[in-house]
Amino acid sequence: MSGAPFWLVVLGLGLGTFLIRFSFLGGLGARRLPPWALRHLRYTGPAVLPGLVAPLALWPAATGGQTDPWRLGAALLAVAAGLWTRSVLWSLGAGAAALALGALLG
Amino acid sequence: MTPLRQGLRDGLPFAIALVPFGLLFGAASAAAGLSVLQATSFSVAVIAGASQFTALALMKDGAPALIVLATALAVNLRMAMYSAALAPHLGTAPLWQRALAAYGLVDATFACADAAFRRHAAWSVPDRMAYLGGVAIPVCLPWFALTILGALVGAGLPAALPLDMAVPLCFIAMVAPGLRTLPQAVAALTSVAGALLLAFMPYGTGLLVAALLAILAGAETERRWGRPA
Repeated sequence: MSGAPFWLVVLGLGLGTFLIRFSFLGGLGARRLPPWALRHLRYTGPAVLPGLVAPLALWPAATGGQTDPWRLGAALLAVAAGLWTRSVLWSLGAGAAALALGALLG
Repeated sequence: MTPLRQGLRDGLPFAIALVPFGLLFGAASAAAGLSVLQATSFSVAVIAGASQFTALALMKDGAPALIVLATALAVNLRMAMYSAALAPHLGTAPLWQRALAAYGLVDATFACADAAFRRHAAWSVPDRMAYLGGVAIPVCLPWFALTILGALVGAGLPAALPLDMAVPLCFIAMVAPGLRTLPQAVAALTSVAGALLLAFMPYGTGLLVAALLAILAGAETERRWGRPA
């Protein structure tokens, strides 16, 4: 692993995450967040994670950036299963099953 | 039933749902070259699966610390919302208790506490703290244990397994089942499109820009047409 020093990231992320969690519980007290702030905070999850996944699924480093139909198919299947069943475990299971099949069939 | 016991009972199902994520985080850490101690420190310091996976993926990509931290912290910003929602219920508790509550404030503890505090409006502040502690025990402790187990077992897995997909699949499983509203879908699609189009930008900065655009797109969609998530 090159680039960012590991312990710096762990300490920074640990401290930063704690401060986010402690923000209102700690000092800001019972003050309410304005509606515009809530409206933006609500979308942090769906705004960051899909964008992180897309390049990994489409151009995996493990194949040198070449699109692998099994990896891409597994990702799409996990999305479909998640949307359809509304279940975290089914989504993960469907994607893992497609990957395992791909690893078996080569 | 005491609030503590009730918390333990409500938190337990989450412990089961965490099993694959915790194991996969440990295994992905091992695959990225982290030691068992490093993987465990990660989970104990942060206890936020999605941001841990994010940081791991970006570090593996060679991104500089500032970009890793900014992107991984962006994933956790939603927890400010949790903190704000619980503050009126816990605001008068001693500082050390509130600090402890903040440390264990993850998606699962918030979801349980938010529901329970509405159900039991008569609970005292110590009751609420006891409940939160009860939920945090079966949610946080297994997260640490599973990370260790995953890091130990993951290092011994055969190289033919496409473990690089563990992280993307975990993220999909975290997000897809919860996509219910139009603004959420707009945010997710903007994020995907932005990340792919901006992939040429160095060190994950494209992702950061895409995420910001996606947050704005989701919020704007909600303001115009949507209902809140």
